[in-house]
Amino acid sequence: MNCRPDALVIGAGIVGAACAAELAACGLTVTIVERHVVGGGATAAGMGHLVVMDDNPAELALTRYSLELWREFVAGRKQQNEYSPCGTLWIAADAEEMAAAAAKQATLATHGIGCELLDAAALYRLEPHLRPGLAGGLRVAGDAIVYPPKSAALLLAQAQQRGAQLLSDDVLAIDAQGVTLASGGRIDAGLVLVANGVACAQLLPELPIQPKKGHVVVTERYPDFIRHQLVELGYIKSAHAGSGDSVAFNLQPRPTGQLLIGSSRQFDRSDTTLDLPMVSRMLAHAAQFVPQLAQLKAIRCWSGVRAASPDGLPLLGPHPGLQPNRTNVWLAVGHEGLGITTALASARLLAAQITAQAAAIDILPYLPARFPAIIDTAPAHA
Amino acid sequence: MKQQFEIVIIGAGPAGLAAAHAVAASGAAIAVIDDNPHAGGQIWRGGPQHSSDARAAQLWSALSQANNVRFFNGAKVLLPSAPGALLVETPDAAFTLGYRKLILATGARERLLPFPGWTLPGVTGAGGIQALAKGGYPVAGKRIVVAGSGPLLLAVAATLKQRGAQVLAIVEQAPLHQVARFALALPATPAKLLQALRLRAELAGIPYHMHSHVLRAEGDEHLTQVLLQIGAKQQSIACDYLACGFGLLPNTETAGALGCTIADGAVQVDRWQQTSVADVYCAGEGTGIGGVDLALAEGRIAGLAAVGDLAQAARHVAGRRRWQGFAARLARAFALREELRQLADPDTIVCRCEDVRHRDLQQHASWRSAKLHTRCGMGPCQGRICGGATDFLYGWSQDSVRVPLTPARIGSLIAADSQE
Amino acid sequence: MPDAIAPETITLFINDRPLTVAAGTSVAAAIAIGGNPVTRLSVTGMPRAPLCGMGICQECRVTIDGQPHQLACQTPCAPQMQVWTAPYKEIT
Repeated sequence: MNCRPDALVIGAGIVGAACAAELAACGLTVTIVERHVVGGGATAAGMGHLVVMDDNPAELALTRYSLELWREFVAGRKQQNEYSPCGTLWIAADAEEMAAAAAKQATLATHGIGCELLDAAALYRLEPHLRPGLAGGLRVAGDAIVYPPKSAALLLAQAQQRGAQLLSDDVLAIDAQGVTLASGGRIDAGLVLVANGVACAQLLPELPIQPKKGHVVVTERYPDFIRHQLVELGYIKSAHAGSGDSVAFNLQPRPTGQLLIGSSRQFDRSDTTLDLPMVSRMLAHAAQFVPQLAQLKAIRCWSGVRAASPDGLPLLGPHPGLQPNRTNVWLAVGHEGLGITTALASARLLAAQITAQAAAIDILPYLPARFPAIIDTAPAHA
Repeated sequence: MKQQFEIVIIGAGPAGLAAAHAVAASGAAIAVIDDNPHAGGQIWRGGPQHSSDARAAQLWSALSQANNVRFFNGAKVLLPSAPGALLVETPDAAFTLGYRKLILATGARERLLPFPGWTLPGVTGAGGIQALAKGGYPVAGKRIVVAGSGPLLLAVAATLKQRGAQVLAIVEQAPLHQVARFALALPATPAKLLQALRLRAELAGIPYHMHSHVLRAEGDEHLTQVLLQIGAKQQSIACDYLACGFGLLPNTETAGALGCTIADGAVQVDRWQQTSVADVYCAGEGTGIGGVDLALAEGRIAGLAAVGDLAQAARHVAGRRRWQGFAARLARAFALREELRQLADPDTIVCRCEDVRHRDLQQHASWRSAKLHTRCGMGPCQGRICGGATDFLYGWSQDSVRVPLTPARIGSLIAADSQE
Repeated sequence: MPDAIAPETITLFINDRPLTVAAGTSVAAAIAIGGNPVTRLSVTGMPRAPLCGMGICQECRVTIDGQPHQLACQTPCAPQMQVWTAPYKEIT
């Protein structure tokens, strides 16, 4: 075991694994600490959608950059990642959403992201199972899907090939020299990189990370039932709600022929017990877009917890606190529903900052220091 | 749509029918749900009125005349939708059943262990071929090897022979001294002794090999022969079917979804068959494998306890104890030998739903790790077949019970929200 | 008293071929009676047939009257039923 690794990464989900791989590639000695199964947290619970999102310029820059990195990563490894370049089809239910689709098309096109506006006829040619009466949509062909636990395992393997070591343990606390572990030991490290999702709030209570619970249902195999990941443009309305439970239409065709059905959002719920009324509501909403869904068989339902930040952007960079137990802490948390999409870019941006190299995109919007409150509220002692 | 009952019984096998009968006299409104087209469970499959077991016909006769007992056949419990309520699906509908007391009589399934060739058409469970045959599966004139473990193999061989099959051999993994000890203890349960003697007569002429097991099932797209380890020697037998099952496993999933304590793979109950969850009882194989007689005793006690008649329930406790002794002797006699863990070779499929092989699984430390990284357990059997195998091969226990308890129409899950 | 006398035999279609079976026969049994017991192909294309006989293993999944993933071992045959096994998937 590395006795004083340059970097200790907390969490072997997709973000932690990507960071470990990137830091190891930069020549750092890395130890990753994971308390459960690699890729077994939010990484396993989400849909694995690689999607360009343009709610704001910083989100667009990050997702766009990360998707380029994903394309490089899966080249030659498509099957291992269960990668499928199915693209996203944003559904416009009415004229208002059609206008939003057009605006989205303009923004994406400005940034060189290929997409095509679809009228109703074109929409139904592509996806005949959608309910009649929709206005049209926007097809983003470069979006794709992966199976995140496998991608996390691949990234971890990459890290390990470069000398990184995986430790099955739980981090109890971060101090000035490193971390203390549940097993009773401690690891001193040059820096500590926190990449453990919602659990980061246990280690660093000052972080403004809020849990947002979601549900997913997976069906039996129905190959070619739909061809793209279908998302309603109305999704944006629910994703931005400040409070309250909401559902949105999100339907994904997996390479196995199974369908993943999402999505739901519940604030401040950090348990993963199934909320049946939410599942029913989510499925009812989905069936409004694809009526035949009601005839298909669900074989499993589960829930997961996203780690949400106040402005919808992850925290990627040094912890701004001046206390000894924060000065060597780096953060890669708060990815909410874009953890899979932005994992690779997050890793690059962290590695660039840690090794004092130029980053490929502007890092400012994602710096943790943008939340000054966390400097003051961090405890002085571990 | 919600239908409210005083007592809901899940499972119309011996335990469920005995419970229903015990409760019927009270006049309470009773619902009995079963996922098969007819009542009877596995052992009285096809309908208790057709069974040769006189108790089955008696129970059925009494129950069909009781106007407070409603049967829902072809009905699957999807999940507990609310306290005191179950979401149920039939081929044409979904509805909620409300209960004040619930009796779980969900029975058992076979423990099916992987071995080379076990996925070939023509290889079935032992109870599996019996169930299939009772549904009209063509076995007359077919050459069949029955293998695995337990007295079920004898009952299966007898059913097959009655239906005109040519049973070539019965291959029992337990060693002779264990089977003999079990046989010598049978006088403690005279009915069982009689049954054993009858079976022995019926099966005269069929070799019964002990300390023996299947090595391989062979064939191109269908089974054509099996390679057996008979004692110290290997023997190949050409056949049309291999019916192979290694004992029974309690169906505990519904109990688990309700929050009942499960230990050692069985639902934990007190002397009144009550589980750790108030108003939920469990009777029959679900509390531990013990056969039809124990199931009947437990079903009676659960039913009487559920309606508060503890005095009557107490009368059946001694009988239950006797059958529990029988069950314990059964478990000891037919315990699985360690060598059976070596049956699978690296290429042998372990998860049949997702075609995951032994070599893909061996490197994982837990059920969850294997599931996430190999897809083992992600198929529609929801880990019921591979779960028994992976427990035996790798010592994994599964993580929490997931709902729906069976593949469910999405329309049924949507309907759950609108039930009152 | 039943409203109508239940038929003693039932005619149904397995992969578009007619078959007459005794009333009460399961679809799984009818498929086997038809000559080839294979119900589905596994995810890697291996032929499979019923295993557990009691609605658990899911190996007996077939398409019945246009509905895929129906368990043949727990479904009784019905007159004019259309059953398709995976090797002969109905082209819709």
